[in-house]
Amino acid sequence: MKFENPAVSIQNLTKTFGHDTVLNNLSFDIPRNKIVTILGFSGAGKSTLLKHILGLMAPTSGKVEVLGQDLSLMDKVGLREFRRNFGMLFQYAALFDSMTAIENVMFPLREFTDMTLPQMRKHASDILISVDIKEVAFTKLPSELSGGMRKRVGLARALALSPHIMLYDEPTTGLDPITTKMVNELIVETQNKNLNRGMTSIIISHDVKASLHISDFVAFLDRGNIVEYLPAPEFARSTNELVQEFVNL
Amino acid sequence: MNTTVVEAKKSWLYRRIEKIGAQIIESVDGLGNIVNFTARIFYWAARPPWRFKLLMQQFYFIGNKSLLIVGLAGAFTGMVMAYQVYFGFQLISVDSLVGPVVALSLAKELAPVLTGLIVAGRAGSAMAAQIGTMKVTEQVDALEVMGINSVQYLAVPRVIATTFCMPMLSCLFLFIGNIGSYVVGTKALMIDEAMYMSKLGDFMHMSDFYQGVIKAFFFGFIVSVIGTYFGFEVSKGAEGVGRGTNQAVVWGMISVLVLDYFLTSFLVKIL
Repeated sequence: MKFENPAVSIQNLTKTFGHDTVLNNLSFDIPRNKIVTILGFSGAGKSTLLKHILGLMAPTSGKVEVLGQDLSLMDKVGLREFRRNFGMLFQYAALFDSMTAIENVMFPLREFTDMTLPQMRKHASDILISVDIKEVAFTKLPSELSGGMRKRVGLARALALSPHIMLYDEPTTGLDPITTKMVNELIVETQNKNLNRGMTSIIISHDVKASLHISDFVAFLDRGNIVEYLPAPEFARSTNELVQEFVNL
Repeated sequence: MNTTVVEAKKSWLYRRIEKIGAQIIESVDGLGNIVNFTARIFYWAARPPWRFKLLMQQFYFIGNKSLLIVGLAGAFTGMVMAYQVYFGFQLISVDSLVGPVVALSLAKELAPVLTGLIVAGRAGSAMAAQIGTMKVTEQVDALEVMGINSVQYLAVPRVIATTFCMPMLSCLFLFIGNIGSYVVGTKALMIDEAMYMSKLGDFMHMSDFYQGVIKAFFFGFIVSVIGTYFGFEVSKGAEGVGRGTNQAVVWGMISVLVLDYFLTSFLVKIL
C-alpha cells in the first residue's frame, strides 16, 4: 500500500542472516498521523523490521525512508541524532532500574536539551500526569511500580522529547485484561493528543482484537513478506487464509 | 578390525578434532571481539558528551567502596608475609631484612596483583551483572533507541574510573601492608625498629614503587574492559547474567595474572 508523503517508506527491503532470509523484498508505506499495527506470528520478522525502521540494522538490500530521509545515506552520528524523532515503548517498559519514575522521564531531557533542572522536573511531571501517574509515584523506583504503571512511565519517557513516530513493541504482552485495555486506550489517547503535530504510531503486536479496535491500518507480516495490509475494518474481513487463521485464533 | 569399526573410530577422531577446531575458532573470535570492543571504548572515550557525573559515580563505587576490603587485605597480607619471611630468614640469621623483603614483594607484585584480583571479583563482577541485567531487560536497547551510545554511556565511565582507581587502591594496599608488616615485625617478632626502618630505606627505591603503580594501571584497564565486555555479551535472561558475571570474574583474574608476567618481564628491564 502506497501513501503520499508517508512517515515511513519501506522499499524492496531484504534482510538475510547467513542463508536465512528474514525480510524478503518488502515494500510498503506507513502513513503520517495514523496508528498502524504490524501483526504476525513469532519469527515472522516483526522485530527485524522494527530495527530497520529505527536504523539499528542495515538492510542487505533495499532502503528505508523515515520522514522523507533515507536512513542508509546517514552516517552513524547522523543516525543517532535522527533517532530522536522516535519514541519507543518497550515490551516490559525498559525503565532504568536505578532511577525513579520522574528521573526516567527526565533522562532524555537531561541528555538532549538545555533545560534547567526545575524546567525538566516541570516538563517530566506534566507528562507523567498526562499518562495518569499520580505525584506520589514520581519518586518510586521501577521495581516499586505495577506492570501498568511501568508502561505508563515508559510511555511518558518515550514522549518526553515529543517524537514524530511512536513505536510500541508488543505493548500489551503479559498484562492482565484490565491493564491491557488501559494501555490500548492510552495509545489512542496519546495519538489523539499529538495529532496536531503529526505523530504516527507503529505497533508491533500479537493482539488481533485490540489491533482491529485501535488501529487505522493493520498489516500482516509472514515469513518476511507483508501478505495483507488494509484499513482495520477491512482487515477483519480479509479473505487471506493466514489472516483468517490469525484473526480466528 | 572390520571397516565399520575403523570408520566409527575415524569419525570419532574427526569429531574430536572438529570440536577442538571449533573451540579454537571460537576463542580467536572472542579475542577479536574484545579487541574490537576495546577500540570502541577508546573511540567513544574521545568523543563528547563527557559525562562527569557518571564518572564520579563509578569512582565512588570502584574506589571508595573498595577501600575497606583492599585495606583489610593489605593489612593481613603484610602481617602474614612478615611472619613467613621472618621464620625463613631467621634460619640464616638475616631476620633484619624482613622489612625490605616484605616491602619489595608488596610494592612490585602483591599490592598490584592482589588489588587487581580483588577489584576483578568485586567491581568486575558488578559491571558484568549491571550491564548484563540492563541488556536482558532491554535498557541497553532503550539507550540506543534514544540515540545514546551504550558503550559510551555504560562502559567508558567504568573503564576510566577503574583504570585510575586501581593504582590508588594498590598504593593503599602497599601502605597498609607495610604498616601491618612493621607492627608484626617490631612488636610481635621483636625486630629492632631502627634496624627495620634503616634496612627498608637501604633496599627500597622509587622504581620499585613505580613498577607496582604501572602494573595496577594496566590491571585496572583490563579488568574493567573484561567486566563490561561480558556484560554486553549477556543473553538469555537470568542464566545469561550469571554466566556473564562468572566469566567476567574468571577471565578478569586470569588476565591479571597473565598480564603480570608480561609487564614484569618488560618493566624489570626499563626500571
